[in-house]
This record gives sequence, C-alpha cells and structure tokens, in this order.
Amino acid sequence: MNYVIDRRLNGKQKSLVNRQRFLERYRKQIKQSVEKAVGDRSITDINKGEKISIPRKDTDEPVFRHGKGGFQEQVLPGNKEFISGDRFKRPEGGAGQGSGPGQASNSGEGMDDFVFEISQSEFLDFMFEDLELPNLVKRHLMGDVEYKTHRAGVADVGNPGQINIVRSMRSASARRMALGGKDRRRLRALEAELQQLMLAPVPDSERQQQLEDEIQHLKGRLKRIPWLDDFDIKYNLHVKQPVPRSQAVMFCLMDVSGSMTQGIKDIAKRFFILLYLFLQRNYEHTDVVFIRHHTSAKEVDEQEFFYSRETGGTIVSSALKLMQEIVDKRYPPAQWNIYGAQASDGDNWNDDSSNCSRILANGLLEKVQHFSYIEITEQDHQSLWHEYQQIQGQFNDVFSMQNIRTAADIYPVFRELFQRKLGQENMGAAS
Amino acid sequence: MKNSNYISTSSEWTFELIERYDQEIGKIAKEFQLDTYPNQIEIISSEQMMDAYASAGMPLGYHHWSYGKQFINVEQSYRRGQMGLAYEIVINSNPCIAYLMEENSMTMQALVIAHASYGHNSFFKGNYMFRSWTDADSIIDYLLFSKNYIAECEQRYGVSQVEELLDSCHALMNYGVDRYRRPYPISAAEEANRQKEREALLQQQVNELWRTIPESEKNSNYQEEPLFPSEPQENLLYFIEKNAPLLEPWQREIVRIVRKTAQYFYPQRQTQVMNEGWATYWHYTLLNTLYDRGLVNDGFMLEFLQSHSGVIMQPGFDTPYYNGINPYALGFAMMSDIRRISESPTDEDRHWFPELAGKDWLENLHAAMRDFKDESFILQYLSPKLMRDFKLFSLVDDDKDSELEISAIHDESGYQSLREAMGNQYNLQNREPNIQVYNANIRGDRSLTLHHIRHERKPLDESADEVLKHVHRLWGFPVKLISVEPQNDSVCPIPLQEFHCPKLELAQ
Repeated sequence: MNYVIDRRLNGKQKSLVNRQRFLERYRKQIKQSVEKAVGDRSITDINKGEKISIPRKDTDEPVFRHGKGGFQEQVLPGNKEFISGDRFKRPEGGAGQGSGPGQASNSGEGMDDFVFEISQSEFLDFMFEDLELPNLVKRHLMGDVEYKTHRAGVADVGNPGQINIVRSMRSASARRMALGGKDRRRLRALEAELQQLMLAPVPDSERQQQLEDEIQHLKGRLKRIPWLDDFDIKYNLHVKQPVPRSQAVMFCLMDVSGSMTQGIKDIAKRFFILLYLFLQRNYEHTDVVFIRHHTSAKEVDEQEFFYSRETGGTIVSSALKLMQEIVDKRYPPAQWNIYGAQASDGDNWNDDSSNCSRILANGLLEKVQHFSYIEITEQDHQSLWHEYQQIQGQFNDVFSMQNIRTAADIYPVFRELFQRKLGQENMGAAS
Repeated sequence: MKNSNYISTSSEWTFELIERYDQEIGKIAKEFQLDTYPNQIEIISSEQMMDAYASAGMPLGYHHWSYGKQFINVEQSYRRGQMGLAYEIVINSNPCIAYLMEENSMTMQALVIAHASYGHNSFFKGNYMFRSWTDADSIIDYLLFSKNYIAECEQRYGVSQVEELLDSCHALMNYGVDRYRRPYPISAAEEANRQKEREALLQQQVNELWRTIPESEKNSNYQEEPLFPSEPQENLLYFIEKNAPLLEPWQREIVRIVRKTAQYFYPQRQTQVMNEGWATYWHYTLLNTLYDRGLVNDGFMLEFLQSHSGVIMQPGFDTPYYNGINPYALGFAMMSDIRRISESPTDEDRHWFPELAGKDWLENLHAAMRDFKDESFILQYLSPKLMRDFKLFSLVDDDKDSELEISAIHDESGYQSLREAMGNQYNLQNREPNIQVYNANIRGDRSLTLHHIRHERKPLDESADEVLKHVHRLWGFPVKLISVEPQNDSVCPIPLQEFHCPKLELAQ
C-alpha cells in the first residue's frame, strides 16, 4: 500500500541545532569577522546580518586520501584528437586539463574560504558577547502596569470554569469517609455478628431480625451522605501579579558647535547606535532623549540631532543642566535605569569645564546607572578631558571616558567601556 | 475525444493527482516486473529539503556540527542560486520514503515518483549489495535509537565530549565497514535492551585483554611475541570499539553507532552509477509508456524530456562544465544499451555479449541490476558502442614517467583496456587508501600500528597526520601509520612514509 503524506507543516528547522553547534565551534573566527564588520559598517546597516568567512582548511574534516604520485590512470569522456600512445608534458599546477580533474576537484578547491551568513540577531549576539551593563538593573513598576496571572493554589470560591476536579473529588471523598466512618465501623461489627449468628447451630431469629434491621438502617444512613457537597468543590486560584518591567532611558548628549564636523558627528552617531542596540537587548523598554548643545542646550528629535547644522561657541554644562532637568521632571531615578552618553570633540569654554564636573559630581552621577564620555579628536586633550579625569577617579564605577580617533576605534572603545568586570560585585559591596 | 484520458493537463499538482499518477505508474512498473517496497511519498517544502540534504538524507540523525556546516553550505548556495535543490531524496527503508518538493510542477512530481518510488526503490530491494548489507526494515528504528542514545550521552557527559568523539569517529567512517562479511541484521526494538548487555560484556573483554597480571617470563622475548590482531584488520572502527583500552562503555556504543551508519551507506557509495542509471532508465521508460497510453499530453512530455536531457548530459573533459563522469549519463546509457543489445544486436554486440544478444531484454536488465556493483557492472556491460558514443580515452599519469600518456582510446585495440581502466575507477580500493590495523602492542607500551598498503604506488596524502590525531584520541596511546608496498608476510616491510601521533620528539 502506498501513502502520500503532507509533511510541509512539520518543523522545518531540523538543522537549527546543528547550525548552532557549528557557530559555537567557530566562535572565535566569527567574532573576529564581526568585529571587523562593525568597524567597516556604515551607520544605517549596523543592525544587519553579516557574511562570515572562515578558512576552509579549518572547517575541513580530515580523511585518509591518496596523495599525488604513483601510477594514476583515469578515463575521461569527450576525446577529440588523441590517439593511443600520444604523449605530452605534465601541466603545472595540477588542476589543468588532462592532469586529472577528477582528483583535482576533490582536493583542489581547498583554498577558498567557507563563506556563510549569520542573521541579525546572531550578529548582535556576537557583537555584544561578554559585554555587560554596569551596575545593577533596577526593575520597577511603571504607570501602565502589566499583569501576569499566576496560579496560587486552590480556593473555596471561584467560577465553574476553574473547578479543580482532582482536589474537589479528594475533599468529597475525605468528607464521605469522615462522616460515614462511625456508621461503617458499626456496620462491620453488626455484619460480623450476623455472620456468626447464621453459622450458629441454634438460630436466634429474633436477634437476627434485629441485626438486619439495624444494618438496613445504617446502610440507609450511609447512602444519604451526599456524594458531592457544595463545600467540597475547590477552585483553582489565579492571582494577577504586576510584572516589574525594566526600563531604561538613554541620554545622547552631543556638541554641535562649529568645530564638530560631519565626520565627527558620524562617529558619535555610530557610538550612540551601538549603545542603543545594547540597551535594547537588556531592557524591555528603552527611551532615548537627544540633547544637543552649542552655547545653549536643546532637546531635539533624532533627525535634527544628527543632521541639522549649527554653529557657535560651546558650553557643555548647558547640556548637562538640561539633562538633569529632564531627569528630575520625567525620569525619576527610582523607576528608570538612566544612561548617559556624551560625545564631543573636547572643545569647551574654558571656565565651563569645572561647571561640568561640578554638575556631574554633585547630583547627576548619583542618579545614573552609567555615564560615558567619548572624546572624538586626534588632537591633544583640553580642559574638559582633564576635569573629567578627576571625576573618573572618584566615580569609577559609574563614569567612564574614552578617546576615539577614527571610526575603527568605535567598537574597541565600546567594548572597553562595557567589558564584563569580574570584580564588579566587590566594588558594589564596598560602595 | 482523446483529451479525456489525460490524468492532468495543468502543471499544478494536487494530492489526488499525485495518488492518481502513483497508481498509474505503479501499474506500468508492475508490468515491467519492478519489485518494490511499499512507497511512502512525503511532500515537503524547500527548507525541509535543505534539512534533509544536510543530514545526508537521513530523516532523523544525531546532532553534530558537521551537519550544520553542510546545512549552511546548502542553504548558502541555494540562496545564491548556484545550485538547484535535488528534486527528490529517497531513503532506503521499508516502506521506502521519497521526498517530493512542493515547488515542483506536476510533471516533475510524476518524474520523481517514477524515478525514486519505483526506480530507486526496486534497486534497493533487488540489488545484492543492498540485500546483503542493509536492513531496510529496521533502519529508521536504528536511527531513532542512535539519535536518542547520543542525546542522552550529551546530557550525561557534556556536548563537547560527545562532539570530540564523533569528530574522531567521522574521520574514520570509511574505515568502519565490513567489506567481506555480512553483519548480522540489526534488530530494531531490542537494540536498546541489547545495548546494556553489550556494554558490560565489552568492557569485560577489554579488561581481560589489558590485564596487567604477568603471565610468564617467556613472553618478554619480543621476537616470539605474536601480533595482535593475528590477522590485519581493515575495519578500524570495529577494532577500536572492541579493543581500545581506555574507552568508556558509552563511548564504545557511539563508535558502534557511527560504524553502523557507515555500513548503511556503504552500498550506496559502490552502486552510484547503477543506482542512478537504473532509476533514470525507469523514469524514462515509465513516463514514455504513460505517454504511449495517452495518459499524459505533449506538454507534459516536453517538460519531462527537457529535464531528463539535462540530467543525462555528459560534458566533455575539456569543457568548463566538466565535473567527472556523470553517473546518471553513464548509468542510463548502459541500461539502455543492455536493452538495445538484447533486442537488436549488431555483429559487434554478438561478439562481445553473446550471452545478452537476442535474449529477453527485461530479464537481462533485471539480472544486471541484481548481481553487480559499479565496478563489476562496468567490467561486464560497458560496450564498444558506448565507449565510442562517450568518446572515452584513458590517460596515464605515472610519476616514474616525465610525461603523460594516452594509454587507450575508443578503438579496436583499446576497448578492452579502456573498460578495465573504467571499472578500476569505480573500485573503492582505488579511490580510498587501504589502511589496516597491523599490530597493537598489548604487552608493551600499548601503541597501535596501522599499515597503509599502497595501491599502484600511490602515497598517502598529508591529511593522514590529522586523521591520525583522531585515531590517537580514540586509542588513547601512541599511534603509528606506515605506508608500505604490498608484499609477502615473510618479508619485513620497508616503510615508505611514516606518520606518528603524538609526534616523535627526537629524530633518529
């Protein structure tokens, strides 16, 4: 008997496990490729999959093979002009025509790389591997609380749809046992007595009748015990519990004064995007606040943040002040995980740098989970950098700073900022 | 109108149509005496086809990274359009499972049914290699057993441990085959029960073998020391499974699983030309018969012929498309040739094939399918006409000669040697180095010595170094591989190449 079966609805990802095993095995090479890719990528497609290539030699599974040499005879199709006894020079390089394409095609391909693509999420996994958000994650209830129903044992009240049959039957059976126990015991005794009476040589019919009546009576009583009573019925109890949602807000602070060229902004943007992707992976909900500043700071949308042109002097503290205001107004630190990232070319009004460090040290840094400052410059550092260096000494668990020179530095710097720190717990305990 | 006879006229397939075609093709197949296992035709999507592809067509297999690599490879080249997926995969099991891709047109589905469900299927059931080496009834059960067993080992001993072991076993997979002995049939459901007994027994034997209690002083004289095994053994995995000193019982079971899997694929590697030729010949004949009976229309036939002629194309050695001899082309040509010789032989055919000429073609064809493997099939049936049609020639590359030589072409003086050379080409011995267990030093340092017996002076490739590492991992003690020329037992073999693992530190 023949069968035709439709298997299209069966799982199609049978090979998924094997694929993951493969990625796991070549983790090191893939990570290298990813790191290289992050450096090369343009801003818009940082969030895509990636082509990975691994030297084919590494992925080969070795087997015993014949090497070159010895006597090899091969039959080939498509003869045109050869006749028996024709002789000609052995071609160099092995893979040429006539020297045995059959052999060459088995072993001669070995030089190519093994190229394949990983998906976007795999790419991000590799990109953020071993990185960790500093400090503990605050989990808090938001205004619009989400609930999740949990089972919470059984209850005596509920709606019929939630009857717990097993528990109901168990309690009914317990009740029946409890109510009928005394009668049943008496019944057994009477029945035993009756039995003896029947076997006795002299029948005592009066006593027998009496016993039978009583047995009848007891059986009737037992029968009247309800099989299932109202209060036997148990209901599954479900309780709603509010789910704590972890949420983060990320402040992007950028200098847009005249000295910031489009190239520098580009680098800053890539850094912000990396940070954003990273936060997104760690929090269910991530807000982003863009603050740009020259002499005064302003909260803007993304488009304006990255692309509008401004000129003028630079007062960095204005941005920090604005950030502090926004935090106070909209993002209570008790509920939000706050991250700040500031990008600048290091220019600042000379007197202002001390203001900046004061704002950070006296308040802002206590509220944030982490604040990173990146300076995008190839020149010497100016006063802002030096001021910040002092802060770093005091607040090295929440504040970090790095210098970026070229686009290729972005990813390494990012990794350095968020490298998983082994001594983290100790530091947390100490503070 | 004749029109009403057609089974279908559009290229869309439906389940009813597939069943209808299957019935009609089955009827004709019966007339041609094709004896098959029951068919199980499964419709799958292209993703599922890629899955099936990656696991060598096995419907269920244990997990291993190499299958992942295979899958990525297939997926990649499919996405880029470098490779079309095979239209079908067929599994040597009872019932015989054939996968049809949902993207195929009705014509292609019919072609695949004829090719896989009747062609390959009858070959699996009829050919002596498959009859004696594989067990179609229990293979699915065994695959399931092995998958579960290996998954259990992974849980118990860790994925990486199991993976390393499998890596090593895979490296020796081609040397896990009994070539001359029929393995006892794998019994399906009992496998799991027996495994436990086997485990205990095996370990006991090994313990016995490696007992360190001294027996007698005499044995210390090494010249008298007998070799172990007393005869060289070609089944390396079997030898390791039974004798490796340090393997745990579960590790031995995994070695056994890989060995059994290799054994299952062993006939397929040796009957490629015949198997594909047979299936191609029958899809061609069956579908043509459908047409002759007015069951399919011209459009169907044109689509079929276009695909068929693509399958049996043989590019010449000097074209860019050349990729060895196409087993479909050669097999199909030879199968058709047997019919031609039987039905309308020329004088030449009468001279070369007196036993075929003028006899019943169907009987001749079935006999050829039943009793041969590629090597002997070619030696027996490759006709001068085919050699001329394929314009075959033979090229000798001898490292003792500074030049290449055309040793034979498709002419009167060349037919015989050309046919032999062609047969040799399909001889497994010729393609894979002959490696045997020569000696395990059970009384000394427990080192293992393997011999490579050279075939036509061919040396071993350097990859042997890597493989030896895997042997070393399985054996647990030093392993040595020596490449020698074939010779008498009495003569001490001269090592031409030597491989060691671990590497010898001091060159002597």
